[in-house]
Amino acid sequence: MENIKPVLEMIDIKKDYYGNQVLKGVSLKVFPGEIHALVGENGAGKSTLMNILFGMPVISRTGSYHGTIKIDGQEMKIETPADALKAGIGMVHQEFMLIPGFTIEENIKLNREPLKDNVFSKIFGKSLKSLDYDKITQDTQAALDQLGMDMDPKRPVEGLPVGYMQFVEIAREIDKTGVKLLVFDEPTAVLTESEAERLLLTMKALSRKGIAILFITHRLEEVMASSRHITVIRDGQFVKYMPTSDTNVVEIAQLMVGREVEVIERHKKNLSEDTIMEIKDLHVDMPGEAVKGVDLNIKKGEILGIGGLAGQGKIGIANGIMGLYHSSGKVTFEQREIKLNNPKDAIAAQIGFVSEDRRGVGLLLDESIALNMVVPSIQNQKRFVKKLGPISLIDQKAVTENAERYIKDLDIRCTGPSQNVRRLSGGNQQKVCIAKALTGRPKIIFVSEPTRGIDIGAKRLVLDTLVKLNEEYGLTVVITSSELAELRSVCDRIAIVTEGKVAGILPAGESDAKFGLLMSGITETDSMEA
Amino acid sequence: MEKVKEKISELGTSRLIVILFLIVLLIIATLQGQNMATVSSDIINRFGMNLFFSLAMVPAIISGTGLNFGITIGILAGILGGLISIEMGLTGLFGVFAACLMAVPFALVVGFFYGKLLNAVKGNEMVVGTYVGYSIVSLMCIGWLILPFKSENMIWSIGGEGLRTTITLDGYYDRALSDLASFEVLGVTITTGILVVCAIACFLMFVFTKTRLGISMKSAGSNPIYAQAVGINVDRMRIIGTMISMVLGAVGIIMYAQAYGFYQLYNAPLTMSTAPVAAVLLGGASTKKIKIGHVILGTFLFQAIITVSVPVAAILAPDGGLSDVVRTIVSNGIILYALAQARGNK
Repeated sequence: MENIKPVLEMIDIKKDYYGNQVLKGVSLKVFPGEIHALVGENGAGKSTLMNILFGMPVISRTGSYHGTIKIDGQEMKIETPADALKAGIGMVHQEFMLIPGFTIEENIKLNREPLKDNVFSKIFGKSLKSLDYDKITQDTQAALDQLGMDMDPKRPVEGLPVGYMQFVEIAREIDKTGVKLLVFDEPTAVLTESEAERLLLTMKALSRKGIAILFITHRLEEVMASSRHITVIRDGQFVKYMPTSDTNVVEIAQLMVGREVEVIERHKKNLSEDTIMEIKDLHVDMPGEAVKGVDLNIKKGEILGIGGLAGQGKIGIANGIMGLYHSSGKVTFEQREIKLNNPKDAIAAQIGFVSEDRRGVGLLLDESIALNMVVPSIQNQKRFVKKLGPISLIDQKAVTENAERYIKDLDIRCTGPSQNVRRLSGGNQQKVCIAKALTGRPKIIFVSEPTRGIDIGAKRLVLDTLVKLNEEYGLTVVITSSELAELRSVCDRIAIVTEGKVAGILPAGESDAKFGLLMSGITETDSMEA
Repeated sequence: MEKVKEKISELGTSRLIVILFLIVLLIIATLQGQNMATVSSDIINRFGMNLFFSLAMVPAIISGTGLNFGITIGILAGILGGLISIEMGLTGLFGVFAACLMAVPFALVVGFFYGKLLNAVKGNEMVVGTYVGYSIVSLMCIGWLILPFKSENMIWSIGGEGLRTTITLDGYYDRALSDLASFEVLGVTITTGILVVCAIACFLMFVFTKTRLGISMKSAGSNPIYAQAVGINVDRMRIIGTMISMVLGAVGIIMYAQAYGFYQLYNAPLTMSTAPVAAVLLGGASTKKIKIGHVILGTFLFQAIITVSVPVAAILAPDGGLSDVVRTIVSNGIILYALAQARGNK
């Protein structure tokens, strides 16, 4: 194997976005006719690596990359997507790049249509040539046959099952002449089990024809079932390159997740057995983060982490309880059933919420820090207002005092309570969001992605704040985060959500492998028992 | 010096340009030997006359429906109230206030339904508003013909039915409020009555933005998703904002009419929405954000430029027809500038 030239070689690729190093020297080797799996958590740098490989404009706009890319042993600088196409690299996108109103064959041949002459084109030039539909149908049929798909090329893409659309995408890529390497970016994420199996078979068939396949996924069983070699990356760093036959799911999971978990010395507290909130069969219709039947008991006074990969539904849980997206199921909080789809009821029950979308949902950017903190309380608890006959006027003094208190308590760096939140840094905006939730005197607080988009120092502060609230005031805290390491550093228990359901709940000190397995959707019963 | 600089930068470039333009106009007017006392009196008079319309933009913008181009509908409600007051033969200050009181229910009703409509066309409120305004004005052209008003001062003298295009307030409440406690300083007339009413209205609006309802409305307008998340009924806030805006429009036309001396019917209200829109934009408001200061400054600048440019144009182009053309170009040019340039600036 080693004496064959790799079709693609990426050596020591480095990339930073505005000083934030996202790739710290990643190498990758793909041989002709093999399926090569690239695995890593969200944010490990997989998509940045692929953007570089495809010469996406976002890369050149942010100062290009460092390192070498070799195609068939030839060093190449890929600067535009056109360069990538010329080099024979095809991509099957995670989100379909198809035009719904066009037929399958039109989609497959779009902008590469075979043309034929007609009267006008002879006079006015080649832009008036007509499309050679016979040839289009023929080619499409050939590509579909190659995939073993029985579809009418003249059918519109609109209304096709999702799995079929995926195959149309693949057909388009293999129809391109000279494709040497096909990249599949999380192709099975949107497929049903049987469709996914079929896709894996197709990938194998394609690789037998000599096309190299780079398979990006986090489903480790699929990796084991299909790939020949595996490259693991983590936090932008190359971790390991190995033949699939020499490893197992547990090892991959460990490599993918494993990192030095910052151990914070905390009081080993005795977890209360009282359940403060009981979630039963919660379904939330949140686009991209659908929750499909979550059962979860939250204990009084604990810090519960909700982890899992992006798009698996962990974000949807808190949003559903707060009534921001349509949901069904049963949520009981302190023996009282919370009305779903009704933000007012959740707030009235004193459930605090810090949204993952700080700027979109969490803040009024053009209003002052002070006002941002009190709007929910003014609205729902009629606090911070003075009664003047029939008019309830805002109590500016109380509002300012409240703001000053939290600015001090949470160490919000600002010029004062009247500063607009738009001008604050991400970490300070996050603290305003937390202060807003705390001003409502919550009995439980849901914090979604508390450290997304803020710098490392601020991250620590935000997390410490949450721990402090928990320890000093006994506030029950539920943190949803994509960063497992972060959850493990502060939580008592961590629930991993996979495919819209709780895959398992582990104590924060559990091994990397067990977390990795749960995140990959492998539910071995013995790995669930702590 | 630093303070001055800060104040100027707070004002914004577009505002400075407009202020400079006004100063240039005033210099030209002085050089032409115009009677500056009359010009100043006119500016003050028109400022008071028009302020309510600009103020009507505030609840619309803070509730998130943008600039209220549909203000014409509120104006029609106001005219209706005014006509009823004339029919009843009410005079003086009492007439003005009675007209306002009678106009309010109409304005609330149309505001409610217009608010419902705006909720159905979120994102296109301003375009829809403009054309709904046009449609209702046309519809009311029929209305003015068939409404059962009987007062001889309002209906066509020939035929005996249908309202006239211009209805004089002479003998009812012509300038009842504007001339109240008015006085002259250096030949400049200060229309105390209306200015005091304007000041009170501005103050009340300011207070309103500090009430629980006002803050909820502001939240709903500035970030609907946020508002929803904290339990505010966004659609309801938008309807209430629209209703208040319509009421201010209705009161506005009565204030306007008592200063002007006439109610103008039929097509006159058609373009009445553009002036207040342009005024608040000139003052520094955007489709998302407005302060009372923007209303006051904007109305003053807009009315001052219109007022000064007319006599200046008349002398620059003595041919009667041409000066009117110049005036139209200037006033529409200001509106265009406001819409294109001043939008979104602080």
